[in-house]
Amino acid sequence: MNLTLQIWRQNKPDINNNGNYQNGEGKMTEYKVADISPDMSFLEMLDELNEDLLKKGDDPVAFDHDCREGICGMCSLYINGQPHGPESGTTACQLHMRSFKDGDTIYIEPWRAKAFPVVKDLVVNRSSFDRIMQAGGYVSVNTGVTVDANEIPVAKTIADEAFNMAACIGCGACVAACKNASAMLFVSAKVSQLSLLPQGKAERKKRVERMVAQMDEEGFGACTNTGACSAECPKDIPLSSIARMNREYFEAKITSNNV
Amino acid sequence: MSSTTQKIAKDKKGWFVDMMTSTIGRKVLMALTGIFLCLFLIIHLIGNLQLLKNDGGTAFNEYAHFMGSNPLIQTVSILNFTFIILHIVYSIILTRMNMQARPRKYAYSKPAANSNWRSRKMMALGSIILIFLIVHLVYFWGKMKLTHYGLVEEGVLVKKFGTTDQLHLYDLVNAAFSDIIMVVLYVVSMIALAFHLSHGFQSAFQTFGLNHVKYTPLIKTVGYAFAILIPLGYALIPIIMFATK
Ligand code: HEM
Ligand code: SF4
Ligand code: FES
Repeated sequence: MNLTLQIWRQNKPDINNNGNYQNGEGKMTEYKVADISPDMSFLEMLDELNEDLLKKGDDPVAFDHDCREGICGMCSLYINGQPHGPESGTTACQLHMRSFKDGDTIYIEPWRAKAFPVVKDLVVNRSSFDRIMQAGGYVSVNTGVTVDANEIPVAKTIADEAFNMAACIGCGACVAACKNASAMLFVSAKVSQLSLLPQGKAERKKRVERMVAQMDEEGFGACTNTGACSAECPKDIPLSSIARMNREYFEAKITSNNV
Repeated sequence: MSSTTQKIAKDKKGWFVDMMTSTIGRKVLMALTGIFLCLFLIIHLIGNLQLLKNDGGTAFNEYAHFMGSNPLIQTVSILNFTFIILHIVYSIILTRMNMQARPRKYAYSKPAANSNWRSRKMMALGSIILIFLIVHLVYFWGKMKLTHYGLVEEGVLVKKFGTTDQLHLYDLVNAAFSDIIMVVLYVVSMIALAFHLSHGFQSAFQTFGLNHVKYTPLIKTVGYAFAILIPLGYALIPIIMFATK
């Protein structure tokens, strides 16, 4: 396959020297790649392009990746107008070139959100997600002897639901897809995963209060229930998860002891 | 790292204000006011349907008189105005916030692949409704109030109603709906309202946290029915009055 690529190139980061957000200079740049096998993954295709660029002495395209098997959440490419590309339920690293046709033009951009400032080219800083997790995305476990695995009974249905929520890999495709750059799908998955389980009950109220406050602090937008997040989520986190977070949030705000 | 990206959220103004100024709190306010406006739409439509009674406007005028003088209705109407204003103010606050959350747009984006346009164009649809509301209020409500207090003397308005000096609102409406421009504005706005509600109705329940395998399909069906029937009812009135004038 021979393809034309339109790739976002940006050298200066979106965070200026004063630590404030400011759109860094960048532009869509055209590249050609030839002899791409349909069996290649999307990231391998980018590797090929970078080999070519290196051979020519040009700056290779920076992009995030790690596991390349859909479990780490590092890959973050907005491909042809959709996060993680055209296939549903997959990450960019699981996308194969057979999803494209010979002669296609492919647009590749980074996630675009104020809370995900571009570091370089297609790499964005998602530490806003880390800070949301630090704010409340944990359970307190006392140290000491290892507790028996089945000491706390968990109903199968609850365990399954918590597991579905825990499937979120924190990639940020929900933010990238949302017209408001809202992080509610991510935050709701994390709130759900922990609040559903008995181990998460101790911090249940404080958790949702603090995680939502941190989410707002980071400058993510508000939800307008368009459903784009869930449609693009590689782990198919459902919209009902956001409804659960809204319930949890109001219940916590109204009944917790945090004035 | 940098100062802006290291902010840790703290409680600022007490739990209630924090709750209501959070993204979720603001959203719930949108949804609450939106659902209240839906209830108002039903009541208002029942009144408007009196216009179609073939009695020269007696039923409608009586209804208008009742609405304009009943203290309970007057209280609800103040609430209603407050809610419309809140809904509009919050729509502006949220839309601005949401636009700021993405300072650079995508060069190439396919939003239709993951969401329907109604849900993305709530502000545009709302703005059409707002223009309509202003025209509507200036034309009907404003004139009604002014004549009520004897401030405007237009031939059509000061007809006697019963024994008291009530205005003849029916004539005012009738005059408006013989103007094709008014009829078109009305119908276009009702189409916008239909789309606004086709997303908004079910969306409000999701915002309240009501998403359930048993009830959500029902809520969606009721929402679509509401979004079609109510605006259709409103739109038919000027069309019928124009056609049979
Ligand atoms: C009778 C008139 C109206 C009714 C019945 C109505 C109803 C609703 C409902 C039920 C929602 C859904 C709330 C949610 O998603 O939780 C909504 C959302 C919205 N409305 Fe209205 N609305 C009306 C007029 C307006 C006007 C005049 C504007 C703007 C000028 C407006 C702007 C919006 C916006 C921007 C949203 C989306 C907000 C969000 O999802 O965060 N609406 N409306
Ligand atoms: S909810 Fe889905 S799209 Fe959002 S971060 Fe988690 S896995 Fe990625
Ligand atoms: S590289 Fe790990 S999910 Fe794509």
